Amino acid sequence: MPELVLQITRAGFLALLWLFVLAALRVVRSDLYAASGLRAAAPGGRRPPRGGTSKPARGGGRSGPKALIVTAGALAGTRIALDGRPIMIGRADDSTLVLDDDYASTRHARISQSGDDWYVEDLGSTNGTYLDRNKVSGPTRVPLGTPIRIGKTVIELRS
Amino acid sequence: MTRPTAPGGAGPGPAGAPGIERPADRTAMRPAVAAAVSTRRGVELALLGFAAVITTGALVLVEANQEQELTWTLLYLGAAYMAILAAAHVAVRKFAPYADPLVLPLAALLNGLGLVMIHRVDLARIARAASLGNDEPTQEALRQVGWTAIGIVFFVGMLVLVPDHRTLARYGYTAGFVGLVLLALPAVLPASLSEVNGARIWIRLGPASIQPGEFAKILFVVFFASFLVVKRDLFTSAGKRFLGMTFPRPRDLGPLLVAWGVAMAVLVFESDLGTSLMFFGIVLVMLYVATERISWVIIGLVIFGAGAFAAWTFVSRVQTRVSVWLDPFADFNGRGFQVSQGLFGLATGGVGGTGLGAGRPELVPFASTDFIFTSLGEEIGLVGIAALLLIYCLLATRAMRSALAVRDTFGKLLAAGLGFAIAWQVFVVVGGVINLIPNTGITAPFVSYGGSSLVANYALVALVLRVSNAARQPASEKRPSPAAGPSAPLAPLAEASTEMVQRDQVRTPPSGVHHQEPAGPAAPTGRAPRGRTRGE
Repeated sequence: MPELVLQITRAGFLALLWLFVLAALRVVRSDLYAASGLRAAAPGGRRPPRGGTSKPARGGGRSGPKALIVTAGALAGTRIALDGRPIMIGRADDSTLVLDDDYASTRHARISQSGDDWYVEDLGSTNGTYLDRNKVSGPTRVPLGTPIRIGKTVIELRS
Repeated sequence: MTRPTAPGGAGPGPAGAPGIERPADRTAMRPAVAAAVSTRRGVELALLGFAAVITTGALVLVEANQEQELTWTLLYLGAAYMAILAAAHVAVRKFAPYADPLVLPLAALLNGLGLVMIHRVDLARIARAASLGNDEPTQEALRQVGWTAIGIVFFVGMLVLVPDHRTLARYGYTAGFVGLVLLALPAVLPASLSEVNGARIWIRLGPASIQPGEFAKILFVVFFASFLVVKRDLFTSAGKRFLGMTFPRPRDLGPLLVAWGVAMAVLVFESDLGTSLMFFGIVLVMLYVATERISWVIIGLVIFGAGAFAAWTFVSRVQTRVSVWLDPFADFNGRGFQVSQGLFGLATGGVGGTGLGAGRPELVPFASTDFIFTSLGEEIGLVGIAALLLIYCLLATRAMRSALAVRDTFGKLLAAGLGFAIAWQVFVVVGGVINLIPNTGITAPFVSYGGSSLVANYALVALVLRVSNAARQPASEKRPSPAAGPSAPLAPLAEASTEMVQRDQVRTPPSGVHHQEPAGPAAPTGRAPRGRTRGE
């Protein structure tokens, strides 16, 4: 077998092998969309009863925000009920709201409660978190209905 | 692929929200996801076809480089491989339609490349036998195709016999007992029946010899998953805090010490570091997955290290392995021959490899079994081996992905354990041949020549597919969950013990589990059905 052909087939085979790996990774990637939908929807459905039973005082206080709603981005329409626990936002699989967004960091931001107010906190993300038009540097109080921008996603607190 | 935008089909307004917000009714919010999850069997078929193309291409390259004519044997080999894959695919379509589309193609490609490499080593052995005037040796590749067929029979059988992985939880203790018997059998049998090349891990029945440890691996994962689901409280009870970790109370160490004892017994009585390492690694990781406490892993590693050190002091075979590991070239023509030849093989391959069929992998003893990685490394180089390791990684992560997505704790532990078993076995075997850790002589999953390994790993993959099928199956096809209707009288026992513990408990940060895990609100609800399990 000529040396040239041998070299070409050798490289060709390796290319084919890596092509397979890339094809497999593409399938993994497409699967992530399904996963993020699953993740974002699940907590909203499961938390309200729990928050209601363990923390009745909060459920009774009608004034504060009750839910976090995604108003723009791939997950628009997703609603997460607030039950006092912090909401983690980012690309990490274990986030409360899993974003599949090139502009979001793995652990991008946290929205947590302190007293009756909710605060947004940037967790050292690359592209930053914006409350309305202002970049969030430290824990910042989030008024009802003010948009929080993370990459292409916009979320709001609603009562 | 449709994105899961706007669940309920509505825009950002509250119109789409009420469907999601209905409390305690998980099924209400699932249709949004169901629309996004297709069965993806077409993707699987395409990737299987791709795997077949790569395998066939590799086979042709080997033949061309070896100046062989394209013989009928080649055709049989290729045709049999494709027929086997097709059968597996049809079985998955029929019995686990929502299963992960990647797992089977990845396993198939590994198996195919393994077949090619075994065939390639066969050619070299035949050539050497011819030059020495000996009889032609048996073609291991043909036998391996036979084993692949048996493996697929096991694979299909597993899918048919285990329609729901949660039924396995009922057989946890049985699985553990059978696994222990399988593990202990070679040590008890006379050496003539169990010893091959110094390690007593075989059962020889006439022409066929099986390595029961490979099957014990799966059985132990099943056992630990069911055991940890029921007895998790035992492992999470608070002990002293020390060095920033919560350590368990000394009296709760019992189960871990038993596992350690078994691992040490395997090491001493069967002279097999590989199986011992496999077994104990799986125990530790499953404990960690179940409890999220790094202290268990640290305690386990410390006592395993102590035990291994003791074994090194007393067991001569372990001493040999360690001295070869520390300096493989010290006794090049003797004990270090295999490892150093393997290293030379990898070095010959370099980055790009010599090309399939153009190297001399047969110079390494056991070039088609324990040392198949050096054979492959020599011929496809670092680039090819990296792809191969990535395929293993993907296989393991797909199992972990299923573990994350599936909703019952038993399934989570089962899939995580099985996925880790693959990754860990690859680490042990590759680490052994590249001299990162002492060489242990266990097989590379799917690639190495060896019937038991192949059959057991196909069964393992079938279980992973079963769990992923449950994870991806849309709710509409599911039986009503106990959460929705506690009045359901015929809820299976296994389901009762596992279903209540929701994914929130395993998903860590959002539920604040890091602080004190068992105090989570799901724990009391999870305990009630467990009591029922014991009662029955």
